[in-house]
Amino acid sequence: MDTIFARGPSLLSRLILASLLSLLLIILDHRLDSFSTVRVYLNSLVSPLQYMANLPGQMLNQASSAVTTQRELLEQNARLTQQNILMSEEVQRFNLLKKENDRLRSLLGSPVRPGMRKIVAELMAVDNNPYSHQVVINKGTINGVYEGQPVLDDKGIVGQVMQVGTTTSRVLLIADVTHGVPVRIVRNDVRLVASGSGQLSRLSVNHVPHSTDIREGDILVSSGLGHVFPEGYPVGEVTAVIRDETRPFALIRAKPAAQLERLKHLLLLWPDDAPREPVIDRGQTTDV
Amino acid sequence: MFSLRNYTISISMLVALMLQIMPMPIIADPFRPDWVFLVLAYWTLALPQRVNVGVAFINGLLLDLLLGTTLGIHGFALSLAIFILAANYQRLRNYSVWQQAFMVGLLTSLYHLVIFWLQHLLTDIYFLFTYLWPVLTTMLFWPWCFLVLRKVRRQLKVN
Repeated sequence: MDTIFARGPSLLSRLILASLLSLLLIILDHRLDSFSTVRVYLNSLVSPLQYMANLPGQMLNQASSAVTTQRELLEQNARLTQQNILMSEEVQRFNLLKKENDRLRSLLGSPVRPGMRKIVAELMAVDNNPYSHQVVINKGTINGVYEGQPVLDDKGIVGQVMQVGTTTSRVLLIADVTHGVPVRIVRNDVRLVASGSGQLSRLSVNHVPHSTDIREGDILVSSGLGHVFPEGYPVGEVTAVIRDETRPFALIRAKPAAQLERLKHLLLLWPDDAPREPVIDRGQTTDV
Repeated sequence: MFSLRNYTISISMLVALMLQIMPMPIIADPFRPDWVFLVLAYWTLALPQRVNVGVAFINGLLLDLLLGTTLGIHGFALSLAIFILAANYQRLRNYSVWQQAFMVGLLTSLYHLVIFWLQHLLTDIYFLFTYLWPVLTTMLFWPWCFLVLRKVRRQLKVN
């Protein structure tokens, strides 16, 4: 083997070529919006690898469900039946209230709120990239998923779809530093923006004047402004309000309502007024 | 005819990519070693005329796609780290495995810092010391990775 006199271009010229290509790709990917269509194809290209990497975990899950005892299943069944009864009672009440609300709204002349199309997606992989919080789900363009689509779990808002592939898509979580959700406080309808802090268990609410009426324990729900997240879904609960007068704004922390550390089944929504373009601005973020 | 020998490097790279994105418990996740870098580093030291900057660049792009980072970030960082290895492979081959582990650790920290700097230019992220845990685990995994891959290479006579 000829190790000293290697064939082809020298190592240094290879490095220069690779760096130039990387730089070009970084600029293309970061600056050009039209590049996202190329990324759809590239993401579809690597999705078999993601499905394969997901296999061992799935097999473990199946094995563990295969060895659950009958007693555990019976217990689970009883618990779920009870939950089902409680929830169907709530649904009955909800239907009644919805009808009443629609009637009142039509009396007032406001538009009646339509229902939304939704599907359940399953979590495939959580990224180990420490600089951003993203997860991969098993639904893609063939299911009609689009960029900027809201994603929920059973407790609240999880995030929005950031990139789509044919059979998989990538969800940016609300705890990511580049993400912000327009919210309002349930108690008094004060409008705020909750942005991610980079930690899964914390959101930060920015640019809140000291005089704002906000307390620990306030529930934040999505306000529907920005046309990404539909109105009224829980986003988080205020955990700390620090009014340090030497700072221009109050320091407010919130805990996400969705269980971002233990996501398994997710809900994708198709709001009617959703624009087809994402509203995230990756270049500029405001984090105190 | 399909022979395992011709595909050993590709298969080991695929396995490394899978290990890199495999879901892990949230406690173990910050300690995940850089499998792709480990395997690339071994092949660069063993067969520098077959695996060097080009292969590193392609694997970096795949990693960018799999991890959802801006395309080119991992590509650049991996090609840079592998370039340093490939330029000094004759010296590094003569080191003991533990000395090599130390060098691999140094290069991994360079790799992580380059990724951090590039990401910092593109988005507002802050440096936390926990981002450097993989450097330690990569260092600890290097000897075992080295032994296993050398066994595979000698068994299958890859050259």
